[in-house]
Amino acid sequence: MSARITLATAARVMLQLRRDPRTVAMLLVVPCLLEVLLRYVLDGQPLEFQRVGTPLLGIFPFISMFLVTAITMLRERTTGTLERLMAMPLGKLDLLAGYGIAFGAVAAVQAGLTAGVAFGLLDLQVAGSEWVVAGLAMANAVLGMALGLFVSAFATTEFQAVQFMPAIVIPQLLLCGLLVPRDDMAGALQALADVLPLTYAYDGLARVTTGGFDSAALRDLLVVAGAALLALTLGATTLRRRTP
Amino acid sequence: MAAEPAIVVRDLLVRRGGVDVLHRISLEVPAATVTGLLGPSGCGKSTLMRSIVGVQVVASGTVTVLGEPAGSRSLRARVGYVTQAPSVYGDLSVRENLRYFATVLGTAPERVDAVIETVGMNAFAGRVVGSLSGGQRARVSLATALLNEPPLLVLDEPTVGLDPLLRRDLWGTFAALAAAGTTLLVSSHVMDEADRCNHLLLMRDGHILAAETPRGLRAQTGEDDLGEAFVRTIERWETEAAR
Repeated sequence: MSARITLATAARVMLQLRRDPRTVAMLLVVPCLLEVLLRYVLDGQPLEFQRVGTPLLGIFPFISMFLVTAITMLRERTTGTLERLMAMPLGKLDLLAGYGIAFGAVAAVQAGLTAGVAFGLLDLQVAGSEWVVAGLAMANAVLGMALGLFVSAFATTEFQAVQFMPAIVIPQLLLCGLLVPRDDMAGALQALADVLPLTYAYDGLARVTTGGFDSAALRDLLVVAGAALLALTLGATTLRRRTP
Repeated sequence: MAAEPAIVVRDLLVRRGGVDVLHRISLEVPAATVTGLLGPSGCGKSTLMRSIVGVQVVASGTVTVLGEPAGSRSLRARVGYVTQAPSVYGDLSVRENLRYFATVLGTAPERVDAVIETVGMNAFAGRVVGSLSGGQRARVSLATALLNEPPLLVLDEPTVGLDPLLRRDLWGTFAALAAAGTTLLVSSHVMDEADRCNHLLLMRDGHILAAETPRGLRAQTGEDDLGEAFVRTIERWETEAAR
């Protein structure tokens, strides 16, 4: 692991993002607009907006980072730049951390903007600290990134990579408790929800909405961070120096 | 010529998708030479090069590069590899690409402009790679491998689609590098490039048919034209194989 290579990689990824202002604009603007949309969809049910507004805010970075990482990593694999880097004195951790820093910065700006709109303009309120919401949003971003990296190994085209989004993200969204309380679900689905990382991301965000940052919320945060680490490790094993 | 070969391949067997792509081949690449790896497309040149660079999973046999097993960690800064498809970032400029790779390789930043000059891309240094032609992209990819002046360069069809003048210049660069002690393994499917090499490896269907100097190949086949000499070699090899 080398700080020089890690930072150069982060700078390179940022530079690439800068060359694609449309993607950056959509990454930053779309979650804000969705939060506004949600506010007015739930215009007649302000309590419901207060319940789902914050969890959704924390989940956006998960979805965008999943997509962005899956596509960028796939590009690294298909254009041969990954093979070139793997034949150079670059550690896999340098590459992963470089991506983590660059996309983490984007996720932070994204979460900050969305939170600014939601808390500042839409009158969304949390009982706990907004900073905890930001922390959970960042953990979700890293989780999304790690899963995106992992699935990029199983896609050969960008079409396939995009299809992993509904396959991996939507079931977690349906099961995490955002739409229907998990207690109302069938037992088998509850058991399935218990092993999916987004469930804990949602729980943590929901807890901060109604209460403070307690030990249960800390546990949720740790589970999300652990799942991200696990996915990152799995993702790293798909960065092979030798391929068939 | 140095006594120790830069590359030694012994009984290399590579299988891809259940098919033998390299059939237990053996060869040596002498140090400080330009060695041409010639053969039709699909004959296994790229697979052999990937095995030498250490990015190919091999079934059996040994590949020794600069005295160490191919793919060793210490070789990563000592072997420059250029794939057939230009592997550079399309959304970065020529200079940005090279600056990034220079940092990864730990090379002095001055080398960036030096290699841009070598591949004749000065006029395009600030251009985004995605807006360049295929041949120009290939030159950026080649420039990347030249950054840290590695003792071994493995170049997979580096001159495809290039302007004849530039092609001549690049072969001149290769010769100069070899004269300065660099070993180059350069693949091509164009016979007129064979004469530019000090040493030739002729390949077909995953076999090495001949390892000779251009002069040796001419003498052996009695053909003055290297393309014809290659045809004779294939014919002889096929009659021997049929026997």
